[in-house]
Amino acid sequence: MKTVYLDHIASTPCHPEVSRAVLPFFSQVFGNPQSDHPEGWKTRTAIDEARNHVAQLINCTPEEIVFTSSGTEANNFALKGIAHSYGSKGRHLVLSAIEHRSVMTPAKFLEKNGYEVTMIPVDEFGVVDPAAVAAALREDTILVSVMHANNEIGTIEPVEEIGQIARERGVLFHVDAGSSGGIIPVDVKKMNADLLTLSAHNFYGPKGVGALFIRKGVKITPLVHGGAQERGRRTGIENVPGIVGMGVAARVAIEEMEARAIRLKSMRDRLEKGLLDRVPHVYLNGHPTQRLPHVLNVSLEGAEGEAMLLTLADQGIYASSASTCTMMSLETSHVLLAIGRSGYLANSTLLMSVGVDNTMEDMDRVLDRLPPVIEKLRAMSAVTVGDG
Amino acid sequence: MHKYSEKVMDHFMNPRNAGDLPDADAKGVEGNPVCGDMMEIAIKVEDDRIVDIRFKTFGCGSAIAVSSMITEMAKGKTLDEALKISKEMVANELGGLPPNKMHCSNLGSKALQKAIEQYRAKKEGRVLEEAPQSA
Repeated sequence: MKTVYLDHIASTPCHPEVSRAVLPFFSQVFGNPQSDHPEGWKTRTAIDEARNHVAQLINCTPEEIVFTSSGTEANNFALKGIAHSYGSKGRHLVLSAIEHRSVMTPAKFLEKNGYEVTMIPVDEFGVVDPAAVAAALREDTILVSVMHANNEIGTIEPVEEIGQIARERGVLFHVDAGSSGGIIPVDVKKMNADLLTLSAHNFYGPKGVGALFIRKGVKITPLVHGGAQERGRRTGIENVPGIVGMGVAARVAIEEMEARAIRLKSMRDRLEKGLLDRVPHVYLNGHPTQRLPHVLNVSLEGAEGEAMLLTLADQGIYASSASTCTMMSLETSHVLLAIGRSGYLANSTLLMSVGVDNTMEDMDRVLDRLPPVIEKLRAMSAVTVGDG
Repeated sequence: MHKYSEKVMDHFMNPRNAGDLPDADAKGVEGNPVCGDMMEIAIKVEDDRIVDIRFKTFGCGSAIAVSSMITEMAKGKTLDEALKISKEMVANELGGLPPNKMHCSNLGSKALQKAIEQYRAKKEGRVLEEAPQSA
């Protein structure tokens, strides 16, 4: 049976050019980038080149890019680094209610350490109202953090408007583009972003590498203190293969983004339409149009998320869910609750995300195999479908 | 490769005694869908013995496997014997459950106990008060 991987929002495979480019940097080209001899110069040059590509991807200068170990680290760096540097100016942060856990958790940490956090609710589609952000700004607000696109429902936020408001009020603006960077256009100038998070493995780069854009002039306290790497802002020896891989993934993304997005969207739309046509009592989570091109999140009433994933895996389909039972923490998705879904419908979610290696035939396979799975689970469900 | 034992996967993929029991003598419901799992067990009783049993469950893989397993364990048992089926016994019969899924096995034994309680109350002409659902 041909398997269909539909969990690209969790991770993507490395683009073949990425895999080829990183290999020499494990054994052949291994010098410490800080070393002053030809072996060090080679890796240093490779990092410079990668930095240029990543900077080009988001329209900033190479000096404004700091490589990190992940999007999570970049988000932690942005929140804690800014809070520490600007703590004497003010101790108030503004966040959307649907931020990634790597933004939420450091914000909660800051709350326990003398900072105040205001959460901006979202509408039923998961959209943040820029006016609500404006209304939440105070004299002592030092940072606004709103994600570019949500990692569960795919909704794209009006970050350009929010960035303009923050800029006018003299408040720093951080954008978590961990799920969108390299997939859809990201321009830090248009967004008026002061900080922006990228994650390589979400756009066909390697795992274990991310980046934080820090606009020139923004002060930030490092998380990791040590030597001179990344101009002291993120020390510790560089993950050279990872950084090289991220650079190539960025270069490929610049070249292929437009065509890729069209293909991803056409596959996703086929899946979405087919599902809504063939299965009753299905509810779309996220914005109908302002959404990442590869993401489809639906609530299938009466079918519990983990039960769906296990049954689909048996059918060779690998997807995701945000149901309580799929979370190690057994917590209901804060994103689905924020868009007003009941716990019941939040627990009936299926998150499918297509990738460049998928085909239209894959979508048809899923549309053939999925409806009987839902029927089977609904038939033995203790909740009558249609009542909820 | 699976996070569940083979036995859990077998009971999940091929659930025993799933569906409606049209001439059920009593039903027990435990859990609620908001928290992730809701289990309903229906029994048919003859001479104080469970002669038929069905379950309906909205829940994760382990919740469905627990439901399936407990119906197998209870079928043919007297009501007193069936009441003694504990959550640990169900989990053991399934070859163990991941620690964060142990509450699922509790749902199964609770739902069965409620069904038996309802049957006995009916027989004795008592009216059971609607107890609040525990999560």
